[in-house]
Amino acid sequence: MTALETTLDTAVWTTVCRLDDLAPERGVAALLDGEQVALFRLLDGRVLAVQQHDPFSDAHVISRGIVGSRFVDEVEVPTVASPMYKQVFDLTTGRCLDVAGKVPARGLSPDLRTWHVRVTDGLVEVGR
Amino acid sequence: MNQHLVVVGGGMVAQRLVEALRDRDTAGAWRITVLAEEPRRPYDRVALTSYFSGRDADDLALGDPELWSDPLVTLVRDDAVTHLDRDAKTVSTARGRTEHYDHLVLATGSSAWVPPLEGADLPGVFVYRTVDDVAALRGYVEKLSEDRVVKGAVLGGGLLGLEAAGALQALGARTTVLQVGTHLMSAQVDLGGGEALRRLINQLGVGVRLNAMTTKIKPHRRGGVGRLELADGGRVDADVVVIAAGVRPRDELGRASGLAIGERGGIVVDDTCLSSDPDISAVGEVACIQGATIGLVAPGYAMAEITADRLLGGFSEFPGADTATKLKLSGVDVASFGDAFGQTPGALEIVWADPVGGVYKKLVMSDDARTLLGGVLVGDASAYASLRPMLGRELPGDPGAYLLPEGGGGAPELELPDDAAVCSCNNVSAGTIRGAVTEHGCTDLGAVKACTKAGTSCGSCLPLVKKLVTTELAAQGIAVSTALCEHFALSRAQLYDAVRVSGVSSFTQVIERFGTRAEGRGCDICRPTVASILATTSPAHVLEGERATLQDTNDHVMANLQKDGSYSVVPRIAGGEVTPEGLIAIGEVAKDFGLYTKITGGQRIDMFGARIDQLPLIWQRLIDAGFESGHAYGKSLRTVKSCVGSTWCRFGVQDSVALAVMLELRYRGLRSPHKIKLGVSGCARECAEARGKDVGVIATDKGWNVYVGGNGGFTPRHAQLLAEDLDTETLIRTIDRFLLYYVRTADRLQRTAPWIEDVEGGLDGVRAVVMEDSLGIAADLDEQMALHVVEYEDEWKATLEDPEKLRRFASFVNAPDTPDPSLAYVPERGQSRPATADERGDARPTPHHEPVLVAGARLEVRS
Ligand SMILES: Cc1cc2nc3c(=O)[nH]c(=O)nc-3n(C[C@H](O)[C@H](O)[C@H](O)COP(=O)(O)OP(=O)(O)OC[C@H]3O[C@@H](n4cnc5c(N)ncnc54)[C@H](O)[C@@H]3O)c2cc1C
Ligand code: SF4
Repeated sequence: MTALETTLDTAVWTTVCRLDDLAPERGVAALLDGEQVALFRLLDGRVLAVQQHDPFSDAHVISRGIVGSRFVDEVEVPTVASPMYKQVFDLTTGRCLDVAGKVPARGLSPDLRTWHVRVTDGLVEVGR
Repeated sequence: MNQHLVVVGGGMVAQRLVEALRDRDTAGAWRITVLAEEPRRPYDRVALTSYFSGRDADDLALGDPELWSDPLVTLVRDDAVTHLDRDAKTVSTARGRTEHYDHLVLATGSSAWVPPLEGADLPGVFVYRTVDDVAALRGYVEKLSEDRVVKGAVLGGGLLGLEAAGALQALGARTTVLQVGTHLMSAQVDLGGGEALRRLINQLGVGVRLNAMTTKIKPHRRGGVGRLELADGGRVDADVVVIAAGVRPRDELGRASGLAIGERGGIVVDDTCLSSDPDISAVGEVACIQGATIGLVAPGYAMAEITADRLLGGFSEFPGADTATKLKLSGVDVASFGDAFGQTPGALEIVWADPVGGVYKKLVMSDDARTLLGGVLVGDASAYASLRPMLGRELPGDPGAYLLPEGGGGAPELELPDDAAVCSCNNVSAGTIRGAVTEHGCTDLGAVKACTKAGTSCGSCLPLVKKLVTTELAAQGIAVSTALCEHFALSRAQLYDAVRVSGVSSFTQVIERFGTRAEGRGCDICRPTVASILATTSPAHVLEGERATLQDTNDHVMANLQKDGSYSVVPRIAGGEVTPEGLIAIGEVAKDFGLYTKITGGQRIDMFGARIDQLPLIWQRLIDAGFESGHAYGKSLRTVKSCVGSTWCRFGVQDSVALAVMLELRYRGLRSPHKIKLGVSGCARECAEARGKDVGVIATDKGWNVYVGGNGGFTPRHAQLLAEDLDTETLIRTIDRFLLYYVRTADRLQRTAPWIEDVEGGLDGVRAVVMEDSLGIAADLDEQMALHVVEYEDEWKATLEDPEKLRRFASFVNAPDTPDPSLAYVPERGQSRPATADERGDARPTPHHEPVLVAGARLEVRS
């Protein structure tokens, strides 16, 4: 938790789009200095960011997955399922919750990287 | 050196013998030569009648065809054995082949017995034993049917005669059965049962004459058979006659070589199936075992198993014949098993009859009314599958309860002992079926069938197998959960009903009312399922409001996701009919956007390699050229494939293209549990391969035959006949109802073939709902399809007209003009394809950095 707070303090925030550009429970892709990020807006207005690259199919498609939720350790966590081979990821942590019988390509990690997101004055900002 | 087994006859029992021996003889002690008189591989004679509707001899294939490629097995077809020399231990054939044997098995079966009647050799007189017999009969009736209503007569009112009568009737002939004795099926059922049976047969439109001894068959003036003359002076007009007066064992080789022959024919064998010559066995219908020949396949299979076992040094013996039988005539339920005539001393008979409903049921019990000895079930044989394995065992409770109509009796659930035989064709016990679930991890009926062979021959035990499997799964706690996913405890069919009846029209409402947790937001399983359900209960655009969040990426961007994250695009080409201008337009779009093109199996053109941001531009061009969405991306109607039909084809009898176009435009966009494909052929030559489709239509002289449940893919199936000679209007109504009944009640991702198996009553059950409205929902289905037709709009056109929807197609929300930089293509055979990982360079760093490009996101290809 401390590491996280530190990064939050020192993060560089980049404005990506307006909150209105994001439809609830659907993702979009964004390009941040050549890096592809998938942004998801939940029903409650939260915006979460994970890597756009799908480690299992080796394609940049995560933003096009179906958003949902899964009951993990007694809490409902927001999820996205890869549109390619249906692995399910926790949108808050990037953790792969279901590998759907596959292994990641090229020895990649099954989990997704995440970014911090904040909404200021109706603008979506990603922190790095 | 291995020994040589020669088998004479390539019938059902021979097939089982070879299969059993090759299965167990792992050391290869025997090489096998099968000498068969028929020109084809052993086939399922029991299912012969289905050849009338199936029209494909391959459908009758038995077992795994690989058996005949086994290097230790030689099958010689179309060559009859004419001579057996027991001293030299050789057999020789009509075509001059001689084989030396170490052991010989006679599996020559029986031939149809033709009584010595004047006129029995006239054209138009047939027997009913082989595929060739049935093919000749069908051809004869079809030819006569061209200019008159054909009158048929069947001599013999036994199992086979009734089956033949049903087949003649199905071919459109008005048929009469002539039975020499006092009642039908006199070998299996008693007088009371025979009387109930007669009424049922009459209801099918088949006439029955009892005590009718035919004395002469007279020719017609035009040639061929004309009428029958009876001993009582009566006459019956007939254009075609089928003789089903019994069978005679084909024991001629045994007779000529001096083997012991039974009093009423057949090669006498002991309980190990050896004849009077220890180097010769006889199995199947030709064997006279325990004093009699038996005209059923199950005892024959038992003999095959015993012989295989003995050849490998085993000790098994014939346990006595299971002579239980069930008539295979749709609409007439008859079964008989055990001591059906109550001949055991002291036996008690318990009878329940409903003469009005045409039901007659009898159980034969031991003198203390506790042990089941046999039974006859006519008109309602639903209890057959569960009662038959109880033969010789105590029935719990009042035996009378088992005879009452279903639901009215409270018969106790029968707990079958593990050693009770469930499938008698393949000799599979209840214990083996349970074991398939508990030990071999089978979790559904299909897996259990494959694992145990239960229910793979005549199929009469399938309801029981299914029940055993379900019970066992439940006991295992492998809850046969039909729950869709963690968010819905309902099955797709239940959810469909709930949504339809409640009229809710958004996902949030659906999950709040029917979900497991109100705060749940669904997943990649239930969201698309709900989207599909809502698409037919309250139609709206796929991207309308909350619906957009339910769609798989394919439905969301209305294109097919490919492995590298690009999409493919398929415009509709209804019925596979396309103008030259259309072809040019597609070609130009593909060229301008650098797309890879390929012709699909559904007679249209797929264009690959489109980026998400290119989709609207591509579609604008296609729509301007007059195309619309082809729904290749949806779990929905895909295509209606057609042959060229009567407008061009020399053989066509109907305009298959016009019908295909009409059907495709009617059902386009219909969302369903899985993809649906249709096909239309312009004549029986079936060039459109319509029987490989969920709905296949084949033109006839009189209209259209419609087949359902054909699937390609992982488990290919041929479609089965649903209805014949429909006019176009009835055809469309039938397909409307079939499709919507499927849409309403199938499981998620269940294709039509397994769905039909799951419907109560199988294909007959589907037919009852669709053709006879047995559930009273036909009007509702018709209305729902009318709504679908009215509400249809081209999804792509509507999307292009709505800027809000178009925003979804940006490559990047903050850089809409930058294409996905990770896409890379290489040229191949004049087009482009995605670069492989190697081609991109193994040195590719972690994907968070820009990859090395082989070529840009768009590639010019020069040829
Ligand atoms: C229409 C129909 C429906 C039936 N329904 C049922 C049913 O519901 N239940 C049931 O249990 N049984 C049923 N039967 C009976 C069942 O088909 C037979 O019991 C079974 O086929 C017997 O198998 P088999 O191998 O002994 O004989 P077959 O299957 O008759 O095979 C014998 C083969 O040997 C060949 N042959 C004969 N002589 C020679 C020779 N000298 N040289 C080379 N080849 C030779 C014959 O041409 C034939 O192909 C039905 C039969 C028919 C015709
Ligand atoms: S199915 Fe018949 S009508 Fe159609 S192309 Fe073939 S032969 Fe011609």
